[in-house]
Amino acid sequence: MYDGDMLDEIRKRQEEWERKIQDEQGNVKERKEAFTTLGEIPVKRLYTPLDLVDRDIDYLRDISFPGEYPFTRGIHPTMYRGRLWTIRQFMGFGDPRKSNERLKYLMNSGAPGLNVAFDLPTINGVGSDHPLARGEVGRDGVPVNSLEDMEQLFDGIPLGKVSTSLVIAYPPIPCMYIAVAEKQGFRPDQLRGTFQNDSICRDVGANVRVVPRRAELKLCVDVVEYANKHMPLWYPISIVGYQIREKGCTAAQEVAFNLSDGIEFVRAFIERGMDVDSFGPRLSFMWNAHNDFFEEIAKYRAARRIWARIMKEKFKARNPMSMQIRFHTQTSGVSLTAQQPLNNVVRVAVQGLAAVLGGTQSLHTNSMDEAMALPTEDSVKMAVRTQQILAHESGVTNTVDPMAGSYYVESLTKDLEDEAMAYMDKIAEIGGAIEAVETGYIQKEVTKAAYAYQNKVEKKQEIIVGVNDYMDDRDPNINLLEIDEEFERYMCAKIEELKDRRNRSDVEVSLDKLREAAFRDENLMEPTMEAVNSYATLREVWDVYKERYGSFNEKAHITGL
Amino acid sequence: MSDENIRVLVGKIGLDGHDRGGLIIAQALKNAGMEVIYTGLKNTSEGVVEIAIQEDVDIIGISILSGAHLVLMPILIDELKKNNADDIPVIVGGVIPPGDIPKLKAMNVREVFPAGSLVEETVACIRRLVKEGRKKTIAS
Repeated sequence: MYDGDMLDEIRKRQEEWERKIQDEQGNVKERKEAFTTLGEIPVKRLYTPLDLVDRDIDYLRDISFPGEYPFTRGIHPTMYRGRLWTIRQFMGFGDPRKSNERLKYLMNSGAPGLNVAFDLPTINGVGSDHPLARGEVGRDGVPVNSLEDMEQLFDGIPLGKVSTSLVIAYPPIPCMYIAVAEKQGFRPDQLRGTFQNDSICRDVGANVRVVPRRAELKLCVDVVEYANKHMPLWYPISIVGYQIREKGCTAAQEVAFNLSDGIEFVRAFIERGMDVDSFGPRLSFMWNAHNDFFEEIAKYRAARRIWARIMKEKFKARNPMSMQIRFHTQTSGVSLTAQQPLNNVVRVAVQGLAAVLGGTQSLHTNSMDEAMALPTEDSVKMAVRTQQILAHESGVTNTVDPMAGSYYVESLTKDLEDEAMAYMDKIAEIGGAIEAVETGYIQKEVTKAAYAYQNKVEKKQEIIVGVNDYMDDRDPNINLLEIDEEFERYMCAKIEELKDRRNRSDVEVSLDKLREAAFRDENLMEPTMEAVNSYATLREVWDVYKERYGSFNEKAHITGL
Repeated sequence: MSDENIRVLVGKIGLDGHDRGGLIIAQALKNAGMEVIYTGLKNTSEGVVEIAIQEDVDIIGISILSGAHLVLMPILIDELKKNNADDIPVIVGGVIPPGDIPKLKAMNVREVFPAGSLVEETVACIRRLVKEGRKKTIAS
């Protein structure tokens, strides 16, 4: 990119510049001994064209053009000039009917992408009336115990006309969604949206484990195989790095662990007999948007470049769309503070901006009160407006990938890429992402990173405004969303009432068929669809799965402690 | 009194999968030389009390980030009473709105560590509560 003579001149002038700012001992007075990114990547005082040359960064090979391999600059040629990212706010709480209202509220506020969180009893397949569900019903997401709840959740929302992300894995909930759509008159091939459906991230990132790991993988592949045939507009998996990042790993580790997760799934899909270019374009991803602004931007770019190469060279994809990371981003929950919650509005704006400069396809911005509770209507509106201000007032969407060519950003992109690749090689050596989790490798790395970060905070080497510096005594006096405990009793009663009303023999027949299919190791989507259509409860369906696969043995899980 | 004599239960109740805080505390306590019994995930309140009694712990620390603390903590405290183990001090940390802190203390939770609490505060508190508890035992 630069000729030899010019580089020599730059080098000479830089050395002069350094000398001028040094004192007699050859030192430069700065605020810290050393500067690093949040992920501990060393950051220099200054980056110049020399840094690109040192890293052997070639524009055409490594940076290229948006919409062209290796997609460092983004997956669409016109990016936000063509179409802005989708505002897709994660939500879900309490009564399905209340969540239905909140979905409509968001749609009317200019946030059209639906993004549904399910509560812990639903995610864990136990249902609202299980002993472990005590205190949890409707608290972290919406409870769905049967098709009836799913019908209420999407009442009055034409599923063929919206794009919905369901943050859930395995067949039962997806089958309920498809069933509701069919009742509304929409075929599966008309539906647009995403199933998260990433068992590995849910395991190591969110500690959700229902049946043994390989069985969970099989159930995810069932969903993808079904969608591959019947849902051409749907993304049947979102390979998620958000959770593991929240657990405390670095940006480079987020890329490495998540893309290793992706590799595991691609292998499983190929093993199931699907062609890489048939499922490739329907893979989606999800990343975190954390605090270190430039590190995050570099992260998204590095991830795109790494994945493109993997899909092309390792998995021999031919369709460029199979090589692309199309992704959703959520700003970091763990970075929010309970102290001085208004500060979180600023944090989220900066994090959201990083995601936009990193080329995200859709974005969730956290609300300011989320360090304490699920967001109120007012605080979620603020989060939506944040995205709208970024989109319409900041000017950053006027050109594609504006950060390209920054000496710092391109250097950091390469540094992150190198570090991520080293972790990925290690995981490949261990035998892949699932093996790395079974042996505790990932957990240990994450716990180590989380502990090291906490230490830095406690020693004030990392400042968190309002928490270890700039503190005040004021109690945050803000209205919080509360979940009514009566509600848990109501949901349990609802299950009983449904069981009385429904046709018991239809349910039993469908569960028998599901059981047979499970023991024959067939794809469980269609038998599950039949079961949910007969109003089998979520727990009844999972109990059949557990008959076949057994329950996950939680005591055997390696924590990384 | 050295830290080596202190046995701490770090517990997770319910379906809450967030263990970053609990694991960091557990590690810090181990580094301070205490005996740490980490319950792992997906325990009922009753299950945690059983472990606490079996392991003869000096103090119970619960980490809850699911928002279910006002439902789950009373059950745990009640279970301790039923088993004559309510002399074991109980502390809680996690995602706890400020308005809930007095409610927890009213049910005999000794100390609450909401989001943003520092690990060293928690460790110091554990030392203090265990020391107080032992003084009481000697006195009685």
